[in-house]
Formats: sequence, C-alpha cells, structure tokens
Amino acid sequence: MRTTIILKTASNYLLPVLLLFSIFILLRGHYLPGGGFVGGLIASIAFILHSFANGLKRTKELLIMHPGYLIPLGLAISFSSGLAPVALFDLPFLTGLWSHEPVAILGSIGSALFFDIGVYLVVVGVTLTIIFTISESA
Amino acid sequence: MTQQLILYPLFLQIAIGIILLFAWSRIRFQKVFSIFGSILSVILAGWLFYYIWNFGTQTVQAGDWPAPFGITFVADTLSATLVLLTAIAGLAVSIFSAGSVLRDRLRFGYFPIFHFLLLGLNGAFLTGDIFNLYVWFEIIIISSFVLITIGGEKAQLEGAVKYFTLNILASMIFLTAIAVLYGLTGSLNMADLAGKIAAIENRGLVQITGILFLIGFGIKAGVFPLYFWLPASYHTPPFAVSAIFGGLLTKVGVYALLRVFTLIFTGDALLDNILMVIAILTLVSGGIGALVQNNMRKVFSYLIICHIGYMIAGLGMFTEIAIAGAIFYLIHDIIVKTNLFMLSGVIYRIKGTNSMRDLGGIYAKWPKISLLLFIPLFSLVGIPPLSGFWPKINLIKAGFSGGSYITVAAIIFASFITLVIIARLWSEVFWKEGKELPFRSNFGYFSKMKNYKRLQFIVPVTLLSIVSLYIGFGAEHIQELSARIADELVNNQGYIDTVLNMKK
Amino acid sequence: MEILLAIMIGVLYASGIYMMLRRSLVKLIIGIILLGNGANLLIFFLGRITKGAPPIIPADGKVFSEAFADPVPQALILTAIVISFGLQSFAIVLVKRAHTVVRTDDLDEMNATDEDS
Repeated sequence: MRTTIILKTASNYLLPVLLLFSIFILLRGHYLPGGGFVGGLIASIAFILHSFANGLKRTKELLIMHPGYLIPLGLAISFSSGLAPVALFDLPFLTGLWSHEPVAILGSIGSALFFDIGVYLVVVGVTLTIIFTISESA
Repeated sequence: MTQQLILYPLFLQIAIGIILLFAWSRIRFQKVFSIFGSILSVILAGWLFYYIWNFGTQTVQAGDWPAPFGITFVADTLSATLVLLTAIAGLAVSIFSAGSVLRDRLRFGYFPIFHFLLLGLNGAFLTGDIFNLYVWFEIIIISSFVLITIGGEKAQLEGAVKYFTLNILASMIFLTAIAVLYGLTGSLNMADLAGKIAAIENRGLVQITGILFLIGFGIKAGVFPLYFWLPASYHTPPFAVSAIFGGLLTKVGVYALLRVFTLIFTGDALLDNILMVIAILTLVSGGIGALVQNNMRKVFSYLIICHIGYMIAGLGMFTEIAIAGAIFYLIHDIIVKTNLFMLSGVIYRIKGTNSMRDLGGIYAKWPKISLLLFIPLFSLVGIPPLSGFWPKINLIKAGFSGGSYITVAAIIFASFITLVIIARLWSEVFWKEGKELPFRSNFGYFSKMKNYKRLQFIVPVTLLSIVSLYIGFGAEHIQELSARIADELVNNQGYIDTVLNMKK
Repeated sequence: MEILLAIMIGVLYASGIYMMLRRSLVKLIIGIILLGNGANLLIFFLGRITKGAPPIIPADGKVFSEAFADPVPQALILTAIVISFGLQSFAIVLVKRAHTVVRTDDLDEMNATDEDS
C-alpha cells in the first residue's frame, strides 16, 4: 500500500496528540461522558493510524512490548481496584472508595479511577492484538 | 471473613486467569498452577456449600448498592451445589488437559481461557440479576469460542462456525427478552421481577417474554428443535474441551431455565405445557439420533440432548418431587457427561480412533481400565445401584401422580434407548475382536506413555467415577439435597425475602 | 419519533435474520452485527424515551423535580455494545481463518462435521 507523504508526516504528530486526548477522555469519565473504554479505543486508533502510515513494523518497534501483555496488566489493576474494599474495609466487592482531599487537576480520586485505567489498558491491548493479528495474516 | 464468601470462587478464578495470562508461554508452570488452583477452588466451593447448607441463602450487594438497584449475588443451595460440581469437574478436566492437550494448543493460552470459562460458569450460577446473567453467559461463550477453535483444524473451524452462529443468536434472543422484560417491569433483579411480573395484567405479553427466554436458553441447553449445533460441534475440539462443554455448558442453559421458570414465570399453564412437549420430543429425538451414530463422541453428544429432556420434563411437571428429580439428574449428569468425554479421550489414546466400527478388543488388552470405564458408562444408563437410576424414580413418580402418562412413557423409552446404545457401545468397543489398525508413528499411544503421563489420564476419570459412585450409593444424601433445593425453588418466597430485605 | 424507532428496530431485526439465513459467511457476520444493533436499540426504546431530561439532580435539590430519562437502559446498552464489539471482532477473525482453511465462503459446503467417522 502506498501512503501519501501528508498522512505519513501527519501521523507522527497525531500520535502523541491522540494519546494525550485519550488520557483526557479517560480522566474526564469521572463526571462527564468519557471513560476507560472510549479512551482505550482512541489510544488504539492512534497506533493503528501510525501503522497505516508507517507500516506495522515501525509501530511495533514503537510499542517495545507486544500489546497482548497489556491485557493481564489491565485486568489485574481493575480486579485489585474491585478487591481493595473487600480486603481493606470488609465492604462488598467493587464498593467505591474515595479520597476526601481533592488532588490538583484530577479532582478527588477513587477506586473507580483505577478500575477505568485497567479497562483502558485492556481495551488498548485487545484492540491492538486483534488488528495486528488480522493485518499480519492478510 | 465469611460475609463475602460467595464471591470467593469468582475471585479465585479471576486471579488464576490473570496469573496464567502473565505466564503466557511457560507451559509447565501453567499446568501445575492450573491443577493447584483447581484443587483450591474445590476446597473453597466445599466451604461455600457447607456454609450455605448450615446457614441458608446468602447475598452480597456488589458496590454496596442495595437491591433491587444494584447487582446482587445470591447463593442458595442450588447455586452452591452447582459451584461445587463445577469445581470438581473443573479439577478433573484440568488434570486431564495437562495430560491430553497438545503443546501447540497449550501455547495459545489454553489454560487461562479455561479458567475464564470456569469463572463465567461460577458467575452465572451465583448472580441474582438477569442482565448480569447475560454478561456471564457472554463470558462463557467467548471463552468457549476460543477453546473450540484453538488448534484450527478444518473440522474444528467448521464446527466452530456452527457453534458460534447459534450461540450468538441465542444471546441476541436472550438480550431481546431482557429488553422486553425491562420494558414491562423496569427492574432487572430476579427476586424483584418475581413480584412485578406476577402483578402484570396483560398475561399474553408475559407469556411472549417467557417464550423468548425459553428459546434463548433452549438453544444453549440444546432442547428439541434447537439442538442441531451441538452434535455438529462437540466432537471436533480436543477431548478435554469436549468434556468441559459436555459436562457444564448445556447445564448452564438448564440452570437458567430452572431459575427463570421457577422464580419469574411461574404458574403459567401454557409455558409449562410447552416445556412438557419440548421435553418429550427432546427425549425421543436425542435418543434416536444417538442410535445411528458411529463416532463415540457423536453418540455422547446426542445422549447429552436426550438427557436434557429429563431435566426439562421435571421442570415442566412443576411439582416439588419432579423438580427434585430434575435437580438430582442435573447433579448426576454433570459428573457423568464430563467423565464420558474423558473416557472417549482415553480410548482414543489407546487405539488412535473413536469410530466404533474400527474399535474393539479393549477389554482383552486393558481389563483394569475397562472396568474403570464401566462405571461412568453404566451410571449413565442407571443400572440400579448406580447414579442414573435414582432421579428417574422421582420423575416417573411425579409423572404418574400428575397423570402425564406420555411423559412417563418418553422417560422410560429414553432410558431404554440409552441402555441399548451403551450396551452396543460396550460390546463394539470393549468385547468385539479388535481389528488391526494402521500404526501411526507420530501418535502418542497410551501404551507408549510413561507412568506419570498415564496417571494424568487415569486420575481424573477415577476421581469422577468415585464421585458418581458416591451419588449412586449415597443416593440418600443427594436425595435430601435435591429435595431441599426443590423446596427452595418451588416456595420461592424465602429467596425473594433474603434478596430484598438485606440483613446488614 | 417512537413509531420511527419501532419501524427501524423491526427493519434491523428482519434484515439481520435475513442476512443470517444466507449461505455466505460474510453475510452471516453482517447479519449478526445488524441483529446486535437492533437488540441494543430495542433496550433503548423499551426503557422509554424521554427527551432533554438527563438524570442529574440539580445542585440545590435532593430529589428529581420532574420526569427524567432512565439511565439504566443506557448502561445496559453500553455493556451490550462492548460485548458485541468483542464477539464481532472474534467472528471476523474466525471467518477469515475458516476461509483460509476450508477455502470456501459457502456454508453448504462446510460439512466435514457431518462426515461419518
């Protein structure tokens, strides 16, 4: 596939911007539309766009490790955020724990944020694994 | 500590799954850890069962949202029993997988996915929320899709396409049914739904919703007109996968039918009659289907369908004794069907084929193993002291007292046809003079295996055989258990009260 | 609005089922996707449509002062969308694998599982 120079150049600049935007969406999900799932999809779109423009090999070099490893990592983070209230306070599974002191930029942090981060990582891992597998075998 | 005991089986399976995912390519570690984790889950499930047996139904409100607004997890005796059986079958299949599944398949994450499948099963048994049940069903089918396609042989992929399509369709119908149910009542909590559905004036709408659920769960359970995906796919994957599918996946459909039709759509004569007709046709058509098959695994696949009919018949009669029979059969069936597919795996390893025409002479060469395999085969038939016999007494008794003689006839016919099939299988596979089969040089024959490798085949079969012997000879205990479960299901007010009046 | 949505759901279900009944594997996937979208819209529709009334309690109140949109169906749809996303991507990969191994797109030619062995 031949890619135009415009796409090639643009994708290099778009990648960090899109990643930043995906994190913005992830954090926004607290009180406004957004969240881990959408954020994860946007992040994976950023990498897919990069692979369209520069080839799969370059994108893989950029990622360092195989995106599949993000799946257990994200699952572990989400699961432990659900388990924290059980282990620490003997509250039911998935009960939200919130810090009372608001943190700068983020607002008050709760276990829901860590759950969302886990979802974000799982979505990135799953989507990229699927797309890479399909485009490798094509 | 014990407050959230009912969630511990779920936690354990998630944790095992995640740890195995991290150890993606370390196969030896995966084998050992999976077996270790399965033993732990049997202990945990035993503890849960003991607790529920002594202290009655328990609930946990996820996220501390009170019922009926949040997701409730409920463990009554039925759920606890099924979680225990899942753990036992899971342990057996985990050991069997370590011995029998090829390295090429284990490299693609067989064990983590296997534990996610068990997670889905446990979750489906423990949830008290209808939409959450849908989510657990999806976890089950996604894991089962991966397990059925892993390896990617031609027959396997074709079987997977059929399995996949019908299961997706079942999920969509289930989802549609949930949508209609939510539109009718505005609730998703099953205990809450029980009261709200009973109060609805327009019974026609309720019946249609019930039939949607019946179709959705019916496809999964493999009842009469909806079972064609089952014999087309269950004989294609590795034997360990067939074993867990045959033992547990259709039973989740049966469990869902039991739960929904004893709690939400109760006392509806039309639905009960439909269930009865379906049960009779399932018993007859499954039995006849099994008669003409030559591949052992296909015979067992049709027998799964045939025997689902017993449970549906028990549910359709809807008396306490009939449901007790259905529950007893469910308990017996999970153990025996899992064992049967592992048995066909052992025979495959001995002779290199599963075609009954080519098999033969196993008894002459392997008398001890044959005697071991005798137990599951004839437990299935239900020769009196063995486990398949006792539930049928309940069912037939309920049939006579309810005056549904056609059902009794169908039950007796199905038992008879099972006897014919198993007797034929026994004489073809074990007694007949064996043919000389072409020797396959790269095949791992049972006779060439080292002792520890053989144990991985024999131990799980022995384990499940002992359990089914216990069900047969300790029938009194199981009968007591099923009677208690049937009582809880028919008099569902206890369940509803426990869920809705949270005891803090 | 409601009648339009009802017709739309009907069309999605009908065309989804029609596509699933075709013999081609690719059309099977399209059918699954259409059916999934139909089911999601049905949940949305049966949760009653309330326009322009988000379920947010104003800062100076304790309860809702007027009718509000039911948030539960939307949460359900979100879950269902995520699940069908996973299922559909699996379906595409499966069909692709099946096509490379079996070398056909026609479901009627996939009868290795019915062979007598």
